[in-house]
Amino acid sequence: MAVLTYLEAIRQGIWEEMERDPSVFLLGEDIGTYGGAFKVTAGMLEKFGEARVIDTPISESAIVGAAVGAALMGLRPVAEMQFMDFISCGFDQIVNMAAKIHYRWGPSVPMVIRGPSGAGVHGGPFHSQSNEMWFVHTPGVKVVVPATAYDAKGLIKASIRDDNPVIFYEHKFLYRRIKDEVPADDYVVPLGKAAVRREGRDIAIITYGAMVWTALEAASELEKEGLSLEVVDLRTLLPYDEESVLASVRKCSKVVLLHEDTRTGGMAGELAALIAEKAFEDLDGPIVRVTAPDTPVPFSPPLEEYFLPNAQKVIEAARSLAAY
Amino acid sequence: MATKVIMPQMGESIAEGTVVKWLKKLGEHVERDEPLLEISTDKVDAEIPSPASGTLTEIVVSENQTVEVNAVLGWIDGEGAGTAAGTAKAEPAAAPPAIPAKAAPAPAPTASDAPVGTTHPRSSPVVQKLAAEHGVDLTKVRGTGEGGRISKKDILDYVAQTQASVPATSTSGAAPPPAAPALAKIAFAGPTQVVPMTPIRRQIAEHMLASRRAAAHVTTVFEVEMTRVVELMARQGEEFERRHGFKLSYTPFFIRAVVEAIRDFPIINSSVEVTNIVYRRDINIGVAVAMETGLIVPVIKNASEKNFLEVARAVKDLAERARTKHLSVEDVQGGTFTITNPGIFGGLLGTPIINQPQVAILGVGAIEKRPVVRDDAIAIRPMVYLVLSFDHRIIDGAVADQFMSRLKSVLENWAEPVL
Repeated sequence: MAVLTYLEAIRQGIWEEMERDPSVFLLGEDIGTYGGAFKVTAGMLEKFGEARVIDTPISESAIVGAAVGAALMGLRPVAEMQFMDFISCGFDQIVNMAAKIHYRWGPSVPMVIRGPSGAGVHGGPFHSQSNEMWFVHTPGVKVVVPATAYDAKGLIKASIRDDNPVIFYEHKFLYRRIKDEVPADDYVVPLGKAAVRREGRDIAIITYGAMVWTALEAASELEKEGLSLEVVDLRTLLPYDEESVLASVRKCSKVVLLHEDTRTGGMAGELAALIAEKAFEDLDGPIVRVTAPDTPVPFSPPLEEYFLPNAQKVIEAARSLAAY
Repeated sequence: MATKVIMPQMGESIAEGTVVKWLKKLGEHVERDEPLLEISTDKVDAEIPSPASGTLTEIVVSENQTVEVNAVLGWIDGEGAGTAAGTAKAEPAAAPPAIPAKAAPAPAPTASDAPVGTTHPRSSPVVQKLAAEHGVDLTKVRGTGEGGRISKKDILDYVAQTQASVPATSTSGAAPPPAAPALAKIAFAGPTQVVPMTPIRRQIAEHMLASRRAAAHVTTVFEVEMTRVVELMARQGEEFERRHGFKLSYTPFFIRAVVEAIRDFPIINSSVEVTNIVYRRDINIGVAVAMETGLIVPVIKNASEKNFLEVARAVKDLAERARTKHLSVEDVQGGTFTITNPGIFGGLLGTPIINQPQVAILGVGAIEKRPVVRDDAIAIRPMVYLVLSFDHRIIDGAVADQFMSRLKSVLENWAEPVL
């Protein structure tokens, strides 16, 4: 089996879907001739031609609007945001058009908006955000956040085949740092299903995206102290896998909710509410959040390091929760 | 939410500090940043401000003790703690509230030294659930969490230990297996309607099961002739109602008789605390009242200091307030003995469950005319079955029967004026 990077796995997934289904096409800034700012779409123009790999003007509103129109006409657009930070320029098209058309008049809007998000590469406040919660709070779209190369391929394929608008968050820190074995076959990873990345019994860490790796690092460290941590990778944030979350909470009775996104209004708050509502009687300690603080992502590398959750912060939170 | 007070790091090289003086007393309110205690280290002596507003609920490290940096010195309970204390009060437990119980400064700062037997041990929802499922008295579980908190692991270990020791002692067979979950899920065939228990129902359920598990229930039955009482009621019932404005009932007779019998056998009016028998000086008689929502037990306080009329008034007043839902928390607290009346709907006798932490309960059956033998002839007499369920841990059958015999004698030879 080939070992691919997270980025190559996404490229392979899109490539296979382009080959499989002629209604799939790509649009975005610099995705054709240049192959995309991060080279996710490199080679696509040569292979599939100008009609299916479209370089657009610098207007996210136009990109998303065109994708919505194309989806309504029966195509399956995959729109790239050069950085997910700029998705705000297409916000109205997403939340008021793509997300509501099926509810209002019935037609489906099969489209994917994908792009790099997240910090850790000293990108500063405009190129590092984790803004997935804007869309988790938008009924009518799905929000997907792969953490492994295998999942990145399986989830992008599932997203392209899904009949709903899907916002697909690729973590730029993982693009070339994460490699795993990715089958060359046609497979999908179902949307809305979490994965238990590591089984444990003392504390469940629920997380997603790049923080899955942070959680796993913390879990290996804590294993040496005799603490057994379970790591749950949500993979899809909307709709998220309630059953898996509750199962792990019921098993461990203590839970750390971890994300790179800022604290207030983050996914951890939503999960904490779910756990309090449905697994209150299984809790053996406070629900603990490890998140970034409520600030923009700092540019200064030491400040960015301070801002981001890391294994050490997770270890400290888990230790004090274990002692509770 | 409880906040830790910790030994601060007073400079890079400082590894430990000594508590010099607590500036707040246990149970005292403290504002955030208000000076809470004085510490002394190798480098500096300092006044430590409170990390939160609230009540100082626990002093872990007492004065003149030296502990490592970051050790927990005490606990501040936030404003939310007020309600927690309120709930604790509402429980009918005779024990003093939590704060004084914890007042003794712990000799060592480690969590494992938390006293087993604290009246309100800190735990968590899952621990509460497991305690209910396994019928565990949390005051008996040693907590290893922060501040002596009982963790899930602590209770599971405790259950594993106690279950391991059970087969050796429970060969008599009649006792239900202690592992049986109290609130098991069952798959039912056929159509059903699921109605969640009301809070009062759940409380009764838990209370009853807990009592069954805590006490060694034994029941004794006496048959008592009620001729004198019945005649007295027939003779003076109307006059009583005319004078006092309410109907004369049987309940005050039984209460007065119980009080008399308890005077002779005070162990009936006691409680069991771990390995102590706690004799209660006040005789507070609870009377079970059936309500639509469930059972409630208003208490006639200091029944031994009341004459017949005063007891009768108290019964009438409490029964009325129970039915109109005007009982206060105090009205249902502090009982030392309970009377229940399964006879009200015609039951001949019942075997009641003891109302913890009491050690005995009297069931009064229906009073009805029965053929009995008197002087070798069959006579018709108003008779009643009196049933005493008692806790054989501390009351032996002989004592229970002597108590009942005294009770019978008081009722059969009723002498106290009622008017």
